[in-house]
Amino acid sequence: MLLIAPTGAGKTLAGFLPALVDLSRRRRRKPGERARGVHTLYISPLKALATDIQRNLERPVAEIGLAVSLETRTGDTSQVRRQRQKLKPPDILLTTPEQLALLIAGKDAADFFSDLRYVVFDELHSLVTSKRGHLLALGLARLRRLRPDLQTIGLSATVSDPAELCRWLVAQAPGAAPEADLMTVSGGAKPEIAILQSDERVPWQGHTARYALPEIYAAIKAHKTTLLFVNTRSQAELLFQELWRINEDTLAIALHHGSLDVGQRRKVEAAMAENALRAVVATSTLDLGIDWGDVDLVIHVGAPKGASRLAQRIGRANHRMDEPSKAILVPANRFEVMECRAALDANYLGAQDTPPLRDGALDVLAQHVLGMAVAEPFRADDLYAEVISAAPYAGLDRATFARVVDFVATGGYALKVYERYAKIRLTEDGTWRLTHPRFAQQYRMNAGTIVEAPMLEIRLVRRRTRSAISRGGRALGKIEEAFLETLSPGDTFLFAGEVLRFEGIVETSCLVTKAVSEEPKVPYYGGSKFPLTTYLAQEVRAMLADPARWSALPEQVRDWLAIQKLKSRIPGPNELLVETFPNGKLFHMVLYPFEGRLAHQTLGMLLTRRLERARAMPLGFVATDYAISIWGRADLGAMIAKGQLSLDALFDEDMLGDDLESWMADSWLLKRTFRQCAVISGLIEKRHPGQEKTGRQVTVSTDLVYDVLRAHEPDHILLEATWADAATGLLDVARVSELLARIKHHIVHQDLDQISPLAVPVMLEIGRESVVGEARDADLREAAEEAMIAMAMDMP
Amino acid sequence: MNALARRRLHEDCAAFEMALAGERIACDPSGVLFLPAENCLVVSDLHLEKGAAFARRGMFLPPYDTAATLALLSLALERYQPARVVCLGDSFHDRKGAALMPAGERATLSHLMRGRDWIWIAGNHDPEPPVGIGGETCDTVAIGALSFCHEPRVGIRRGAVSGHLHPVARLAGRGSRRACFATDGERMILPSFGVTTGGLNVLDRAFHGLFDASRAFACMIGQSGVYPVRFAALAAG
Repeated sequence: MLLIAPTGAGKTLAGFLPALVDLSRRRRRKPGERARGVHTLYISPLKALATDIQRNLERPVAEIGLAVSLETRTGDTSQVRRQRQKLKPPDILLTTPEQLALLIAGKDAADFFSDLRYVVFDELHSLVTSKRGHLLALGLARLRRLRPDLQTIGLSATVSDPAELCRWLVAQAPGAAPEADLMTVSGGAKPEIAILQSDERVPWQGHTARYALPEIYAAIKAHKTTLLFVNTRSQAELLFQELWRINEDTLAIALHHGSLDVGQRRKVEAAMAENALRAVVATSTLDLGIDWGDVDLVIHVGAPKGASRLAQRIGRANHRMDEPSKAILVPANRFEVMECRAALDANYLGAQDTPPLRDGALDVLAQHVLGMAVAEPFRADDLYAEVISAAPYAGLDRATFARVVDFVATGGYALKVYERYAKIRLTEDGTWRLTHPRFAQQYRMNAGTIVEAPMLEIRLVRRRTRSAISRGGRALGKIEEAFLETLSPGDTFLFAGEVLRFEGIVETSCLVTKAVSEEPKVPYYGGSKFPLTTYLAQEVRAMLADPARWSALPEQVRDWLAIQKLKSRIPGPNELLVETFPNGKLFHMVLYPFEGRLAHQTLGMLLTRRLERARAMPLGFVATDYAISIWGRADLGAMIAKGQLSLDALFDEDMLGDDLESWMADSWLLKRTFRQCAVISGLIEKRHPGQEKTGRQVTVSTDLVYDVLRAHEPDHILLEATWADAATGLLDVARVSELLARIKHHIVHQDLDQISPLAVPVMLEIGRESVVGEARDADLREAAEEAMIAMAMDMP
Repeated sequence: MNALARRRLHEDCAAFEMALAGERIACDPSGVLFLPAENCLVVSDLHLEKGAAFARRGMFLPPYDTAATLALLSLALERYQPARVVCLGDSFHDRKGAALMPAGERATLSHLMRGRDWIWIAGNHDPEPPVGIGGETCDTVAIGALSFCHEPRVGIRRGAVSGHLHPVARLAGRGSRRACFATDGERMILPSFGVTTGGLNVLDRAFHGLFDASRAFACMIGQSGVYPVRFAALAAG
C-alpha cells in the first residue's frame, strides 16, 4: 500500500494504524512463552526522523492504553542496547536502511523477524532515489523471503510517477510488474508564496542574495519562527554570518547543516522544539518531514532548482493541513528570478518533477551478496530469484549477477590469482559460504552506501606559538579534505558561522584559529549542488520565449530581456541560441541550453574537444545552470559565417560516443565516482576514525587503483558500475543526450559585435571562477564588470 | 591523463642533475636515482604485490600492480643499463609478498635482475630477505659518497639517501600534488616508485627536522621533466 499525502496530513500516524490495530488484537504472551520477534519495522531516511517519530507515537499509544513497546535502533544506539534488542525485540522497531542491512545479515535474522507483519517506509520518495534505496530494496526482498505474507506500507510526498513506488513496495516477477495499492490524499491549503520584492538591484550573477538581506531580516522580525533554506553549506554559512552582522535586535538566529558537530546540531534542534529560536538557516538536513516547533515562515534563498523540492520545503511552514503555508522565495540573480517564477507557477499547478528511478547499482548488490553470505550460506539461484524480486533489480540478468558473485568472492578479475584468498567459496553442497568469520566483521564495519567525501575534523586551537601548533582544541565539525587541499596556511574561510584561519593539517585534524579579519579570503564553490530539474528548465525556457509572460517579472528583469530582444534574439522554447562576439583579444561563444550545471559542464568539456579538432583554438569554458561560455583565439563567428565551422556538426549527437568515452576515462569526476563504488562494493574498506593515525601514505589511493584497473582490465565490473553512476549522476549524460536531440535543426546563431545582455551572467562567472577574492582587486574587477554590463545594456 | 600512461611518457624527458654531498646524481623523471660514477641505479618503495597483500586481508585490489611497476622499472633499467641496482626498502608490500608472488611476475623480476649486482635494503614492510629471489639484503649500504638506508631520521649523516616517506609536493596557489625527490643538497628522500603507492606532503610533520630547512627543496616530477622548487614555495595538503 502506498499512501501519498501532502505534508501535515498526518500520514506517518496513518501508516502505523494497521500495525497498531493488529497489535491491539494480539493476545497476551503467557509466562514462559518465548519472546516475540519484532512486529512492525519503521524505516526512515534520517536518524533524527526515527527519534522524532518515536516521540510522536509514544503519546497516542499511551493514550489509547496499548501495551506496545517502541524502540529506535540507529548508528547512535549503544552496543548494550542493541544486544538487548536482539534478545528481547520491541514490538515496533524504528530504524534506518543501514541498520536493516545489518539486521538481515545477522545469523539470528530468521528468528528476529519471525513475527514481522508490517514494514512502514517513511519518506519513500526520498529513500528510493539513491543507492540507499537500492540497498533497502534488497533488504526488503530478504524480509519478504523470511516472511512471505509481509505487508508493506509506503508513505510519500507527491511524486511524478507513483507507479514506480507502487512497484517498489511489492515483489516483482519476471514478465510482470505488480503494483501496490495506491491511496492519494489531495488537498491541504494552498501555500501563499511570494517572490521577494527588493528595491535593490537584482544581481547579474552569484548565489548569495546579499542584496536582499534587509528585507530578509525584516521578514524574520515580522514572524514568530522562520526557516531559511539555502542549497549549499557555504551559502548557509554566508547567510548566517551576514544576518548576524545586521542583527541589531540580537534575534536568536541559529545555523544547521550536516557538517556541523553533532552536539551543536542537537542543541539547535532542541531549541527549535522549544520555540526558543526566531530563525534557523539550514541546508537539506532539515528537508524531510521532521516536525519541530511552530514555523510560520519559510524563506528560500537561491532558486529551489526543482518544483517538488520547493513544495517539500514550503511544507515545513505551519505543518498543518488546514492552514496555508507561507513562503518567500529570494532569487539570488536574474536567471533565478525567472526560475523562482517558474517554480512558483509549477507549485500552484501541482507539477511534480521528482527524478525517475534508476536501475539498481552493482556495487550495492555486491555489498548485499556478501551480507547474505554472512547471514547464511546461499545458493546462487535462490539469491538471484530473491534479488530480481526487488524492483530496482528486476531487470538484472543472470550473467551479470554471476559476475557480481565472482567479484565478491575474489575480485572478479580475468587474472585468477586471488582464488586462495576468496571471501566466499562455492562448496560441494552447491552453496556459497563465507571462508572466514573475520569477513563477517569486515562486512559489519563497512555496510551502508553513504560514502562521505574524505572529511577532516576542524579543531579550533589557540594562535600558533613560535614552536609547533598546539594540539587538541574544540571540535567545530567536519570539512572536505579536497577543499582544504586548496588552502595555504594563513588563508581564512567561513565555517560554523566564524571566520577561521587555516593553520595546517595534523594527522586527521585540520587546525584553525580565530581570524582577525571579518572577511574570509577564500570563497568556495557557492553554486547549487542540485541541478535544475528538466521540468523547471523547460518552464524557464517557455517563460523566456513568451514575452507575454514577462509581465510577471520585476521591471529590471523585463528591461534586461527587452534589450536582449532588440540587440540579439530571444530563443524559442525548443531553440538553442548560440551567440558569438569578440571580448578584448579573445572571441566568445555563448549558448543557452538551460539544462543545469552538471549537464553544461559535460557539454562544455565535449564542445571544447571538438572545437580543438576544428582548429578553433578554444582556451577554456565556464558553465552555469543556464548557459555555457567557451572562449578562444579564433573568431568563431567568422568561422561559422565562412562555413569553416558547422554548428550542426558541432552539436551532433555522435559526440556522446568516442569523445565522451575518451574524456570520461581520465576525468577526476570518474575517479571520485570510482572511489565510492570501491567502498560500497567492499573492494576497499571505509576509513574509520582512529585507523589513519599511521599517516596517509599507507591508505589506498583509489585514484591509482583506478588507473591500474583501467589500464589492465577496462571492462571490469566495478568500472561498469562506475560508468553507470557517472552517466546518470555527476555527468548528467542523459540530459546532454536529450538536449542534443531536442535542439537538432533548431540551432540559431547570432554573430554580434559585442556581448549581449543575456550573456552577462555567464561572462561574469568567468572572472569569479579563477580569481581568489583578494580585496584589493575587488574594485578593479567591479569596474571592469560595470563596463561590460554597460556595454551589454547600452542602446544604440 | 591516466597516471600510468603519464609515467610512460617520461621516457623522453631529461633527468635533473645535481650534486648530493659532493656525488654527481641524476634525478630521473621515472622516479629513480642514478649515480653515473658508480653506474648504479637506486629505486625506492616498489611495494610489489601490494594488491595481493590487500587481497590477503579481503580487499581485492587489482592484481596488476606488480606487473605495471616492473614494466616501468624495466624502462628505467633500459635507459641507464646500470651494473648495480639498489632497492631502498619496502620493495615488497608485506612479508609474504615475495614468497607468494605469481610465477609470471617472478620471471619478469628475475629477468630484470639478471647480470646486475642487486641489493635489497630492508624496509619496514619487508624486513627480511625476499624468499626465493636472488640479490643481497642489508640494512644499509655505502656507495661512493652516499649511504643508503630505508628510513630517514633526524640528524642523519651527510650523504644519506632514503625512502619510506613517499614524498610529494604541491606548489603554493594552484596545482596538484607531484611526486618528488626531497633534498637539501646533503641528504635526500626518494619518491615511491610502486604504481599504487600514495604520497605524503613534504611539509607534513613527518619531514620536520630531516633537512636543513633553509636549503631544503623538492625536485618535483612534472610532465616534461624534473623541477627543483624550494620548500618555501610549496603548500601543504
